Amino acid sequence: MKPPQFQYCAPGVLDEALGLLDQCGTDAKILAGGQSLIPLLNVRLVAPLYLVDINRVAALDYIDARENHLAVGAIVRQRSVEQSPVVRQRHPLLIEAITYIGHMQIRNRGTLAGSIVHADPAAELPALLCCLDGEIVARSSTGERIIKAEQFFTDYLTTTLDAREIVTEIRLPWLPPQAGWACIEFTRRAGDYALAGAIAVVVPTPAGTCQSARISYFGIAATPVRGYEIEQMLIGTTLDDAILQAAAHAAESLVQDDLSDIHATSTYRRALTAEATRRVLRTAWQRCQNRS
Amino acid sequence: MVTIKQTSMPALHDMCSLSLTVNGQHYERRVPARLLLSDFLRHELHLTGTHVGCEHGVCGCCTILLNGEAVRSCLMLAVQADGMDLTTIEGFASSQEPLHPIQQAFQEKHALQCGFCTPGIIVSVHALLREHPMPTEEEIRHGLSGNLCRCTGYQNIVAAVKCAAVYLADQETTHSRNENNK
Repeated sequence: MKPPQFQYCAPGVLDEALGLLDQCGTDAKILAGGQSLIPLLNVRLVAPLYLVDINRVAALDYIDARENHLAVGAIVRQRSVEQSPVVRQRHPLLIEAITYIGHMQIRNRGTLAGSIVHADPAAELPALLCCLDGEIVARSSTGERIIKAEQFFTDYLTTTLDAREIVTEIRLPWLPPQAGWACIEFTRRAGDYALAGAIAVVVPTPAGTCQSARISYFGIAATPVRGYEIEQMLIGTTLDDAILQAAAHAAESLVQDDLSDIHATSTYRRALTAEATRRVLRTAWQRCQNRS
Repeated sequence: MVTIKQTSMPALHDMCSLSLTVNGQHYERRVPARLLLSDFLRHELHLTGTHVGCEHGVCGCCTILLNGEAVRSCLMLAVQADGMDLTTIEGFASSQEPLHPIQQAFQEKHALQCGFCTPGIIVSVHALLREHPMPTEEEIRHGLSGNLCRCTGYQNIVAAVKCAAVYLADQETTHSRNENNK
């Protein structure tokens, strides 16, 4: 239960970190908050030869409220996001999702970007990024590219990030002012990874029907899952019980078949996913009704 | 032809220098890069009050204050604490001093049995009470959710946190009264 041997460096500027990645390639891992990587090192599920610690790259420590999105630098702690006045005021869905992550002690170190790059399919933030069609900004020594959430997560703990790239920023679009939103999950213990969870955003028309909807799931497959078909079903409705029932039924088919493990069978996860669908949509819809 | 070696690149090392403050005392050490902060505190500084339970961030026994924030010392490398200010359970009260109000409350309310989880819980409660000086029962239970206790069933721990909140508030009142009388 101790990390294997590796060589370590904590550069102070991004270019140095990128230079190290060019040298080390796939033998290197980036260390940010470490709340996923250090456990993996401790139980020796990973054994990188080199660890490049980006915690000293002060230029990556910013929360920026831009016109179309909230931008969060790669070493911003989840707890800093949670306590940020601008986030509390303008992105309550992000706050709701973050408070489900681990415990205060974990969020004091864990970063928003790190959770997304780690790409655990049972984690909240990758699903949130998919739900909002957010973006990941990645830098390498040859330049910068912007990756859309739906093109980022490819498999369990696997993304399209290149070994020579570092994620520098996460972009989370703002919600429309009239939107209702919710994040809910089922766990065996408070703070644990979700057996199943869902995040939803619904936008009503002035007449009180659903204009647009977004829903994504975590803990139910090898990546976060967007419920595009369910989103279409909701448009034009008032999210009454019959529609919620149909949405819950459709959600069951999104659960991967071979997901039975010591924590839950696939059948049980399907039941939880259906219930998560009903609850997350009901709460999101109530929140936009309360506003109007 | 002479190849000019690029020297601007920072170097990777398996041993690293570390300079930090723990419980008000300054330390400088050279440590293996792979050494966990929890093991550094216990084996290098002999501060064995920080307990190690699960070593993957679940049990909360190794919780310490890092620049005032509660964190898991088993989920950090020692070298990452370079330049930082740490408080471990030993920093709450030395053996010559009276107990810290939180420790006093835990003793009075019988909030521990085997005591293995207690140092981590005291540190977490310190962080909780700083944020919520008079927490509700729900806030207390939420604040304790990152620390596992296998003996007590938590009832007395919750009672101790309520008691500690009162002690700390009293201490604050006495302190400000003394300041005003100066």
